[in-house]
Amino acid sequence: MTDAVMGDPGSNGRFGDFGGRFVPEPLMPACQELEIAFREAWTDPTFIDEYHTILRDYGGRPTPITRCGRLSEELGVDLYLKREDLAHTGSHKINNVIGQALLTRRMGKQRMIAETGAGQHGVASATAAALLGLECVVFMGEVDTERQQLNVFRMELLGAEVRTVTSGSRTLKDAVNEAMRTWVSEVEDTHYCLGSVMGPHPFPWMVREFQRIIGDESVLQMFESGVGTPDFVVACVGGGSNAAGLFSGFVDSPAALVGVEAAGGAAISSGSPGVLHGMRSMLIQNDDGQIIEAHSISAGLDYPGIGPEHAHLAETGRARYETATDEEVLVALQRLASREGIIPALESAHALAWVIREAGHEIPLGSKVLINLSGRGDKDVAQVRAILRGGAT
Amino acid sequence: MAAPHLSRELPLKVAAGRTLLIPYVMAGLDDQWLDVVDAVVDAGADAVEVGLPFSDPIIDGPTIQEAGVRSIERGTTAVSALAQLARRDFPVPIVVMTYYNIIAHLGHERFAGLATNAGVSGAIVADLSLEELDGWAACADDSGIDTVLLVAPSTPPERTQRLCERSRGFVYAVARMGVTGERAELGSGVIDVVSKIRSFTSPPVCVGIGVSTPDQAAEVGESADGVIVGSALIRRLLDGEGPNGAAEFVGSLRRAIDA
Repeated sequence: MTDAVMGDPGSNGRFGDFGGRFVPEPLMPACQELEIAFREAWTDPTFIDEYHTILRDYGGRPTPITRCGRLSEELGVDLYLKREDLAHTGSHKINNVIGQALLTRRMGKQRMIAETGAGQHGVASATAAALLGLECVVFMGEVDTERQQLNVFRMELLGAEVRTVTSGSRTLKDAVNEAMRTWVSEVEDTHYCLGSVMGPHPFPWMVREFQRIIGDESVLQMFESGVGTPDFVVACVGGGSNAAGLFSGFVDSPAALVGVEAAGGAAISSGSPGVLHGMRSMLIQNDDGQIIEAHSISAGLDYPGIGPEHAHLAETGRARYETATDEEVLVALQRLASREGIIPALESAHALAWVIREAGHEIPLGSKVLINLSGRGDKDVAQVRAILRGGAT
Repeated sequence: MAAPHLSRELPLKVAAGRTLLIPYVMAGLDDQWLDVVDAVVDAGADAVEVGLPFSDPIIDGPTIQEAGVRSIERGTTAVSALAQLARRDFPVPIVVMTYYNIIAHLGHERFAGLATNAGVSGAIVADLSLEELDGWAACADDSGIDTVLLVAPSTPPERTQRLCERSRGFVYAVARMGVTGERAELGSGVIDVVSKIRSFTSPPVCVGIGVSTPDQAAEVGESADGVIVGSALIRRLLDGEGPNGAAEFVGSLRRAIDA
């Protein structure tokens, strides 16, 4: 174990007081087996090479960094976007699933299960499974299958089975519950391809490692373009995988790291420490320790917790966590579309919304700001149209 | 008068040749839930597992999930459930089953104090792994609460040994890989997991998760020291069978085990 910030959390998977492995005994051996398999794979040049080769030749990496000329001028800051929206399947999720699908095969398992909120991780999982010839089952809350119908169909086209989750709040947290329940029953031949930097050890660490390619590329690209280290590095946070990936590149730099949560699902801003889905982290819960349903315009941020490493980065002050409201997000999405010709995912628009709000305030004029544009907004267009034209959510 | 203590009572009964029967009841499921506890004790339970509901029960199947939702919607909390338990005396040990966030949120010492005050002498914390156990277990040991640990079919031998050494009251042997719920067949896994545990020194071995019928209970009782029945009882309670239905079902389990 190293003490480096965003380093190896060691065999107990701790990030300060957060993280760990809180799962029922039947799942413990699987978590331990996964940790061993990942440790071996992530030091095996053959595995690493295959991961990078697939992400280059199939995933479209490296994704570019785009300077936003018109918006920079309007806001008075120097604004750059890391274009994960241009990666295959339309978001950063592909980075993680290629890693985990390769690991699934390496462990001799034939099947992946996954949870999904907005559908991005589900689509990415189905894609990676198709590529590597694995079976794939995706759990999705009923509320989300209704607001993301096209992504359900996409997953089915890709050969995955989508199981609608009708328990609890019927959103992302319940999809995770159901995936974990299924994993208990089928752990022998099934890998649980968790979609974010959450869950029991080794998931928060492993998923961050599979996403750190975002940060590593960004550092190099900002350097090569002559811009250098940004003053602010900003990403939206639900579970927090795109933010963890981006932050890992800049954690040892002077850049301010800012995670932006949905105001209706802000685990850091309005949560308290607790244990859910195998991890100790910050959670939105009531006085009795029952987890409260998150509410957000974006299905991908409808999660009442946050990855444990983010909870740690917040506690130590290395990163700060802010919120954006649904209204601010809608405005931000339209502004990026009309000024730069880029329609962002509602999730990613949270990061932009904070920058728009704080340019000239928390963000001094003239600052260099790098936003992770974690996904593209195609999946959200129908929903946004309904809200803007119909006044309905 | 406090209820008998789990780790004193169960070994005595096992030594006397009795196969233990531990039904699961959801706290706060309805107005009659304490009467259900009394009823299953009268019908032959040797201990009662009392579920304290949690919003995200990842080891529970649909039946116990539904019971938990119903209980939470009625306003049940760990504090209210333990306060209600404290108002009655039970002639058998009471074990609470819950998830760690419920305990962690109240604080170890406060939870242990409320539980002890309620006559509770055991706790099953479904998602508290051996690796994360120390803080709670130290507090529980000091308070006289036995922390019961699970051993699964997937648990390797060396780990089984450590779980057996650390488990108090009894060892909860998981009959098959999966969540709680009724099963048509138990399969051969029960004998395997019980014999794996028997190769080490441990408290009594009780088998749960999937045991649903009198025949299955009797079958499990042939190899294990005890039988835990949850979902099959909870389903009857969800259907409104109440204390009488619970007593009838638990009585049928008792007779099958003793036959």
